[in-house]
Amino acid sequence: MNELIFGRLEWSSFFIHEFIAEPSIDSAVAAGAGLAVVLGALALLGVLIRYRLWDRAWRDWLTSVDHKKIGIMYIVLALVMMARGVAEGVVMRAHQATALDGGVLSAEHFAQLFSTHGTIMILFVAMPLLIGLINYVVPLQIGARDMVFPVMNQVSLGLTTAAAALIMVSLVVGHFETGGWSAYPPYTGADFNPGVGPDYWIWAIVLSGIGTTLTGINFAVTIYKSRAPGMHFMRMPMFTWTALCTAIMIVYGMPPLTVGSLMLALDRYLDFHFFTNDLGGNMMNYANIFWMFGHPEVYIVVLPSFGVFSEISATYAAKRLYGYASLVFATMAIAAVSFTVWLHHFFTMGQSASVNIAFGIATMVIAVPTGVKIYDWMATLYRGRIRLTAPMIYMLGFFFLFVIGGLSGVIQANPTVDFQVHNTLFLVAHFHNVLIPGTLFGLLAGIHYWFPKAFGFRLDERLAKRGAWLWIIGFCFTFLPLYWLGLLGMPRRSASFSDPAFVPWMLVTLAGALTLLGAFFTMLQTGWVSVRDRARLAVPIGDPWDGRTLEWSVPAPPREWNFAATPRVHSRDAFAVEKEAGHPYQPAQRYTDIEMPKATSMGMVVGVAGTLMGFGLIWHIWWLAMVGLLGMLASMVARGLVIDTQHTLSAAELEQAHRDWLTQVASTRAVTRDEETTPGNRGLAAADVVP
Amino acid sequence: MTRDTLLHPGLNLGAAHGTAHTRSEPVLFGFWVFLMSDLIIFGILFATYVAMRDGTAGGPGPHELFNLSSIAVQTGLLLLSSMTYGLASLQLKHGNGQRYRLVIWLIITAALGLAFLGFELADFHSMAQEGGVPSRSGWLSAYYALVGLHGLHITLGLLWIAVMLVQIRVLGLNGLVKTRLLMLGLYWHFLDLVWIGIFSIVFLAGVA
Repeated sequence: MNELIFGRLEWSSFFIHEFIAEPSIDSAVAAGAGLAVVLGALALLGVLIRYRLWDRAWRDWLTSVDHKKIGIMYIVLALVMMARGVAEGVVMRAHQATALDGGVLSAEHFAQLFSTHGTIMILFVAMPLLIGLINYVVPLQIGARDMVFPVMNQVSLGLTTAAAALIMVSLVVGHFETGGWSAYPPYTGADFNPGVGPDYWIWAIVLSGIGTTLTGINFAVTIYKSRAPGMHFMRMPMFTWTALCTAIMIVYGMPPLTVGSLMLALDRYLDFHFFTNDLGGNMMNYANIFWMFGHPEVYIVVLPSFGVFSEISATYAAKRLYGYASLVFATMAIAAVSFTVWLHHFFTMGQSASVNIAFGIATMVIAVPTGVKIYDWMATLYRGRIRLTAPMIYMLGFFFLFVIGGLSGVIQANPTVDFQVHNTLFLVAHFHNVLIPGTLFGLLAGIHYWFPKAFGFRLDERLAKRGAWLWIIGFCFTFLPLYWLGLLGMPRRSASFSDPAFVPWMLVTLAGALTLLGAFFTMLQTGWVSVRDRARLAVPIGDPWDGRTLEWSVPAPPREWNFAATPRVHSRDAFAVEKEAGHPYQPAQRYTDIEMPKATSMGMVVGVAGTLMGFGLIWHIWWLAMVGLLGMLASMVARGLVIDTQHTLSAAELEQAHRDWLTQVASTRAVTRDEETTPGNRGLAAADVVP
Repeated sequence: MTRDTLLHPGLNLGAAHGTAHTRSEPVLFGFWVFLMSDLIIFGILFATYVAMRDGTAGGPGPHELFNLSSIAVQTGLLLLSSMTYGLASLQLKHGNGQRYRLVIWLIITAALGLAFLGFELADFHSMAQEGGVPSRSGWLSAYYALVGLHGLHITLGLLWIAVMLVQIRVLGLNGLVKTRLLMLGLYWHFLDLVWIGIFSIVFLAGVA
């Protein structure tokens, strides 16, 4: 009877149990993490109740279908998960610094740490960050009012949040998977790992995978179909271009992950034999399917950053982007070639040398368009009037560090070299070296760049710069020594080692990890101080950096409808051209009534139902899984009967709001680029054209 | 305008349907993109099936398990249901808002789909009787995953038809309902196409 109601859930599954049964540093760390999740959730609930924010949170945020709010919620989700991912990184570094013939944590716990760290950082930090940024920025850049499928956008967020919630719950109830973020069977199969760990991984992956696929469809369709009149493909801002290529890659790249993990689930739950050792199973097929997703994923997370760098290099150098067409073609080339290199993740698996070299060459080829981009950005900066703002510092760090990471990748593209460094810390150094300076620096630069657009005030420049430098320095100390450790022969994912020569380097990387922790806290401090000083930093007019694209032509924060009248585009960098011609901020010739999507609780319902379904499946609580599944289906069927999905905004209201803002523009003092980071900057750029 | 512009691939409602015609454009395009994503899922299962073709692990193989005459009937039913859905679409486009015939064609389509599903489940049952269950071998796992996923799609399609019948009844033939019927049409024909792949790669190649 108990089993029918609670599945395999028992009192001993809860986080505190192990610490009480066997107190040790290891179980204390695990219990502390579980406690942090519980207390964090309670604190959030407390704040909502204490300040009576529940109603506003529900009305203005959780049920909103506004792409801007959904974008911000994605980024908040990413930052919450990032706190955990960074903390895990520091704990792992601390463990390995003590891991000569031992270490403070158990091997099992260490394995959970690197598995969750990888899963979280890729799928619940990098992905929500870039999806959030694209969600916020792209409709504004292309002159659209929202996504084509605003409710589906909300559902995507609900599914991603459900998946993230499952990963957080794994700290409190049960344990996570221990086979790395790629979860290779047969190790993660039922024979070797009958527990709940791999199941947490599977259902988190499936839920977020479906959510992300829907997001990809939404982005691609929005960019194809909702561009303002006159915005041809070759007039789109570069960030939108990278968003489009990313979306297409998501549409084709996410299904393999979803299918692969579902096949693993069939093996585990229904005794199928896709990846088992016996009865005709073939675990190598899993590696193929996983990396058919995994390699495009690498470029999914890096292309939007490339888009950000394209935007900020042009804006902060006050020049047209150099080589626009070559950047477009390079982006498309990367998107296409990225689907032909997946095998370089397992050169050592046993296929023939000629197969290996074909994929090795494809891997080397992909470095060419990436190199083209780097040169384009440098040429954009060349002879520009550069302001060394925080995003530019990130870009500077990116230039130096990403090239090192890229080159170490080209080295490993040669299968003979790969055989030597495979499965060592050299590889760990390489992918952190591309993911942190490439993806993370780019997305952080983007957040600093667009933050004033989203909230109406700038981030405190001094702290933002300090944060950028701490990320760069912390990165160098944490990850560059890992190249050397890898060459010394230290395997990755080692809970313990026996060669004392590794120890000094381990201490250096620990110091680096602590610096990164400092960078993370500096980032939080930047946010805190900026909110506190928001009056001093306010930029209500919305163009603090003398921006070039359409999103800077509207107030900060933008109104729900983005544009009072749909803009007409006649050139690339539409807003910069208007400013150069001396006639920005014009009233529209005609205002018309518009229809905007109504708020709905659909995303919340699907998110909660998804969480219940996942939890039920993980713990074999079949009735709960059924409730979750039926809840999702029922919400979709019910939604189909709702016809009143739009509300109308009158032309008069739009015109009034627009004219009020134009009056405010007229009474605001414009600032030149030199005064950009002073309190005089109210978001109106003075005519300050580079000759 | 004398001639309707084609706004999206496949059957368009046409300018006579007013805003429903233009509003369906991005939605239908989005649905095409979704189908392409779904096709990747089938593609991976096809590739897995071919890769596991020899993984019978001493268990029963295609020659012992496949019942080609039942497969022929299933193929016929599914192709016919695609045709009846096509007739439903034509009725939707040219029927001047008349619901009666549209509903009839949808019901016939659903009946054919249900019959297909019945034959498929009967096949699964008789295969299981002869020891052909997914836990027996890698090949059978791949078979059940691929053919089963197609069957699951058909099941969801039947549910979708039922939902549309309710929507036609409750909401009438408004623009939203028309757009959804166009999407359902793409979905149904897509499943036909996938079945042709299954028919050729799984069944014909299996017993050849």
